[in-house]
Amino acid sequence: MASAATVEAPNRRDFLFLTAGAVGAVGVAAVVWPLVDQMNPDASTLALASTEVDIGAIPEGQIVTVKWRGGPVFIRHRTKKEIEDAENVPLGELRDPQTDQSRVKKREWLIVIGVCTHLGCVPLGQEGKYEGWLCPCHGSIYDTSGRIRQGPAPLNLAVPEYAFLTDTRVKIG
Amino acid sequence: MSGPSTYVPKSAIGRWFESRLPLMGLVHSSFVAYPVPRNLNYMWTFGAILSFMLVAQIVTGVVLAMHYVPSATEAFSSINHIMRDVNYGWLVRYMHTNGATLFFLACYTHMFRGIYYGSFKAPRELLWIIGVVIYFLMAATAFLGYVLPWGSMSFAGATVITNLLSAIPLVGTAITYWLWGGYAVGDPTLNRFFSLHYLLPFIIVGAVGLHVWALHVTGQNNPDGVEVKNAERDTVAFTPYATIKDVFALSVWLIIYAWLIFYIPNYVLDADNSNIANPLATPAHVVPEWYLLPFYAILRAIPNKLMGVIALFASIAILAFLPWLDRSPVKSAKYRPTYRFFFWVFVVICIGLGWLGSQEPTEGLTLIARFLTVGYFGFFLVIMPLLSFTEKTKPIPASIADAVLPKKADATAAAQA
Amino acid sequence: MIRFKSAALASAALALSFGGFALAQEEADQPKPPRQEWSFAGMFGTYDQAQLQRGFQVYREVCSNCHALSIPFRALADPDGPGYGEDQVKTLAASYQVTNAEPNDKGEIFKRPGTPADLIPRPEAYPNDQAAAAVLGKAPPDMNLLAKARKYERGFPWFVFDALPGLEYQEVGSDYIDAILNGYTKPDDPQWNLYYPGHKIAMPQPITDGAVKYTDGTAPTLSNYSKDITAFLTWAAEPNLPERKKIGLRVMLFLFVLAGLLYFTKKRVGEAAH
Repeated sequence: MASAATVEAPNRRDFLFLTAGAVGAVGVAAVVWPLVDQMNPDASTLALASTEVDIGAIPEGQIVTVKWRGGPVFIRHRTKKEIEDAENVPLGELRDPQTDQSRVKKREWLIVIGVCTHLGCVPLGQEGKYEGWLCPCHGSIYDTSGRIRQGPAPLNLAVPEYAFLTDTRVKIG
Repeated sequence: MSGPSTYVPKSAIGRWFESRLPLMGLVHSSFVAYPVPRNLNYMWTFGAILSFMLVAQIVTGVVLAMHYVPSATEAFSSINHIMRDVNYGWLVRYMHTNGATLFFLACYTHMFRGIYYGSFKAPRELLWIIGVVIYFLMAATAFLGYVLPWGSMSFAGATVITNLLSAIPLVGTAITYWLWGGYAVGDPTLNRFFSLHYLLPFIIVGAVGLHVWALHVTGQNNPDGVEVKNAERDTVAFTPYATIKDVFALSVWLIIYAWLIFYIPNYVLDADNSNIANPLATPAHVVPEWYLLPFYAILRAIPNKLMGVIALFASIAILAFLPWLDRSPVKSAKYRPTYRFFFWVFVVICIGLGWLGSQEPTEGLTLIARFLTVGYFGFFLVIMPLLSFTEKTKPIPASIADAVLPKKADATAAAQA
Repeated sequence: MIRFKSAALASAALALSFGGFALAQEEADQPKPPRQEWSFAGMFGTYDQAQLQRGFQVYREVCSNCHALSIPFRALADPDGPGYGEDQVKTLAASYQVTNAEPNDKGEIFKRPGTPADLIPRPEAYPNDQAAAAVLGKAPPDMNLLAKARKYERGFPWFVFDALPGLEYQEVGSDYIDAILNGYTKPDDPQWNLYYPGHKIAMPQPITDGAVKYTDGTAPTLSNYSKDITAFLTWAAEPNLPERKKIGLRVMLFLFVLAGLLYFTKKRVGEAAH
């Protein structure tokens, strides 16, 4: 049996072996990519990546939940008191310090992603000590700017990318 | 898989592992040190090609199952979704559909190779029979998979093939209802076919394991059909000699595969399957995929329903009996001129049956199909046993090494001529 | 080589006899669709954007009265396809009324202007196949896969050549559609078609010279209409064709290099064995 040749390949073969091996490896990598990429969001999902919402009919003091990218987004038409409460909090008291102004585009409209930053539950509106949101899963409490105040969640409710197309129409995403 | 290994890992960790689970030794003895006859030609690379195709079908199939919806209302549009929207979905699906074609092409080459060189003869009878079982499982898997897109040909195919079982006396109808989960092919049928289509490939993997195991016990047959007598003179190590040859052959095979996927992806697909299944209408011309056409021709050639179904299954089952139908002591057709002639006639018969299976059955064509069906079975039941005893064979070489050396001389002479 | 001779002879004899039968079978009055030149044929073929846009115009003004085309509006922005601008597609989509998938707050199913993500809606007159069949006799097929769902038999041995590099012929469906549109050759019978199997076609002649006004100077003839709508429908059925061929070329080149390298590697290994 010529198994000795397996173990010690003569040097003159090395270059050819390495080249063929390297080209083969490139080929395998090129095949793997489509098999991985197929699990990414597809064209029909990406086409729904932004959504337009008419907010003209939302009365002051009410929260509307809309579906965006498969999950909830809270659109809150804030009252004067809620705005003041949110703006008057000293930054030092906050776990994740952000001013209210940096979280809204228009003071009366708060738009946040309705997913608790602890473990992904959907918080309940107008509840909890600050009358912002209360997460029913593990008791995280958010204020009227969607900022975390008590409980296990580490971060404020995220603000999605959005733009006011008109005074009453918002494009989220 | 060829007995206890003498492999000793170089590293201490390797030795620790090996003494607890001799996995590396198994791989080493099966795919590195394993001795292969030194006279193998490229017909012996199809085992590796088939292994590759099996893995490719499973990988692409698992991917497609992530997007496919097995329901009568959603299946067709989910395929459309895969083809249009899923990232590289069209590529994966074309790999899978055309993969089936190349899988069968390689399988048929492998089988005809076995028949030509007498690879089914002692001591490889079990190896061959396991192969026939694998082929049958492949055909079943392919049929189940063809139903999944829920095109009109999927539906017609499912109806026709499951109705074969209704030919069974007394319980036939009950069996078809059981198979369908209803009174016709429908939603429950599609769902269970999907489940089974996902299951069977893994059973094939198991059967392939047995196939390779049996192969490594008996050793490979070879073009001269003489057994290895002196391992030193007659064989070379699997790695690198057989591995590099297999990999090269595979790369050439991939060129054909890529041609199908990228340039003629719809060539083997039936246009009717781009129409959604309609239980109230059958396509004008119902045909199976090309790889099942010869059997379909045999089915149609027999005027009696039950006999047709029996002939269909017998045409595959008869392969399992080859070791006992052909009793010639000489394996390879290289040394059997008469057998060789009839072998090629048999190949032509199979291709002819395939073509007939694709045609609408006119009276004349049905007559030819009957003629060829007789030829198909005649090859196994008459020619093979008859030649076993009457054929005057050529002298076979004393050993593989003896066969290789004069062959080299011949090749040089041919090159000069 | 001698051993192949008998086989070759036998197969040639068989081929000839089959070929004879095939020819005899072919009815003289059922001609095959003529083969057309298509921009998307061959190894390097891609779609002609202007042609697809004209084809879409024909679809919109003629075919869409009866036929659904279940592709999303956003596909019309495909740069390999018709390549309309994002804004054009948005405006176009908004000009259709689409039934919303989910009910509104009051639980009512409602209609709204379309968005690029929506499928092109079915013809308004025929909300489902049954409604269409009730009026038209037979439901017009959805056109989204039509070019792949139609074919004509090429017969032996041509179907073998159709698969070979350099000779490949994969546009049978397109040629069939084009032929059907040009096959209404009996003016007194609008449902007689030269190329339709059996000639009796459910769809009366859908389009004639001058029916659609092109704005790019292309002559408004039936021949142009049928080519343009066929190209458009081929794109609709196979939108990934240009990408497929582009990737395919790279894959083929790569595989030839790999096979070449492996061949020489194998040769080296073989030399070492002796």
